[in-house]
Amino acid sequence: MLELQGVTAGYGEFTALWDVTLTVNAGEAVAVVGPNGAGKTTLMRVISGLVPIRTGDLRLDGRSFAGRRAHEIVAHGIAHVPEGRRIFPRLTVEENLKMGGFLPASRRHYAETVGRVYDLFPVLAERRRQRAGTLSGGEQQMLAIGRALMSKPKLILLDEPSLGLAPVMVLRLFELIRRVRQEGYTILIVEQNVRQVLSLVDRAYLLEVGRIKVEGRSADLAEQDFVRKAYVGI
Amino acid sequence: MEPILIAEAAINGILLGGVLALLALGLNLIFGVVDIIWIAYVELVMLGMYAVYWLVTAYAWPLPLAALAAVALVTVLGLLVHLLIIAPILSSPPVNQLLATGGLLFFLQSFATFLWATDHRSLRLALPILEVFGMFLSFARLLAFAVSLLAMLGLYLFLTRTYMGTAIRAVSQDREAMALMGADARKVYLVTSGIGGAMAGLAGALLIIQYSVHPHFGAAFGPLTFMICVLGGLGNMFGAVVASLLMSEVISVGGIITSTEMAYVVAFVIFIVAIFVRPEGILGKRE
Repeated sequence: MLELQGVTAGYGEFTALWDVTLTVNAGEAVAVVGPNGAGKTTLMRVISGLVPIRTGDLRLDGRSFAGRRAHEIVAHGIAHVPEGRRIFPRLTVEENLKMGGFLPASRRHYAETVGRVYDLFPVLAERRRQRAGTLSGGEQQMLAIGRALMSKPKLILLDEPSLGLAPVMVLRLFELIRRVRQEGYTILIVEQNVRQVLSLVDRAYLLEVGRIKVEGRSADLAEQDFVRKAYVGI
Repeated sequence: MEPILIAEAAINGILLGGVLALLALGLNLIFGVVDIIWIAYVELVMLGMYAVYWLVTAYAWPLPLAALAAVALVTVLGLLVHLLIIAPILSSPPVNQLLATGGLLFFLQSFATFLWATDHRSLRLALPILEVFGMFLSFARLLAFAVSLLAMLGLYLFLTRTYMGTAIRAVSQDREAMALMGADARKVYLVTSGIGGAMAGLAGALLIIQYSVHPHFGAAFGPLTFMICVLGGLGNMFGAVVASLLMSEVISVGGIITSTEMAYVVAFVIFIVAIFVRPEGILGKRE
């Protein structure tokens, strides 16, 4: 479904990603792990169009979307749940979800998609009139994921969803992401909780100083000293 | 001082506050979303006033129609200001942006002086003065206040009930996240600038029925509008309305008790003290 072909990208003089090649197949869940500063967030931002690529190609279902701007890429079916959640704190929960379905094509299905999101995250239905900034960290993360689902994406990018959450909440959140998966969404996830994310995904990539170092099925990787490498680098 | 005169001044203050709030809301909306202060905002109001003035006096248009034309004209001006002046310098340092919109202020003032000279022009409408409980209230002010309220209600409904309006509020909170929702920031900026222009045009139409227009009209209302925005908290829509009412009350009631000049002094002193005590504005930053 998603293919990155020799992607190099960065900010100004600085190059954050070097020749990254990565694929996510339809229905798959894939993780990208690696130490801090490896370029994981940049990778996500490249896919959603927030950071332009210098070389290489980005393809969704075989069609190149390199050079497209962020607001166009959403319409192609990629929804990005950014690092730090980035919900709109002074809009209500419901308004946040409405913004998730901002695209004209999504507006027509608003009632249906919002119903599905509320089924998945009942707490959001309870708090729908509350300002999003008043939610707890875990609830805000649910809102960020629910908001991304509102555009009915083919692929969801999750950037560090467990960041800053209490351990109990992290477990619950992974359970919910598992449920999102079962709904049939294809997921690309960046996570620092390497052990837990490996139990969730089919395959994983290890990114280190902007390059893909290891790639493999998560079951195999869990047996190698992959986890240690993911934290401290090789 | 007779209490009835103070009551009358207090009501006049509220009436003036309505139009000031319209101006402050327009300026605040643009600041909150595009993150740029249109120094030349009240100069657009002045052009709206001239538009109504000329359409009514030279072309004998009915006032309501001239007012609509002024709103349309200044809406287009707002879009042009964004496209020609703001859009090219969106990522420049704030001081350059201030200089650019400040330059526009001098350009519009000089342009108006060149075209229409420095004469004070007034519509000289024969609108009635109403007597209510022994107080004398100008119909023009009541009308301006009522239309301002309707416009503010319309803006509120637009910002809370429509996708584009909600997106405008969302962009003011997180520009990048809204791009991830599929909203083109350029389009949101353009819509915001158009609304800002429409508010300025409407304020112009409401001011020309009460005041005379001249090329330096902005010198009177401009600083007052910025002061209100800062006092209410830049970008804070509710704060802008509260600060408008507060300032217009001080000017109106203060003007009756002492003199208009003294009332402005008091208003600016209140502003300076408030900014020392609460630099983020009386109701804090943003909505």
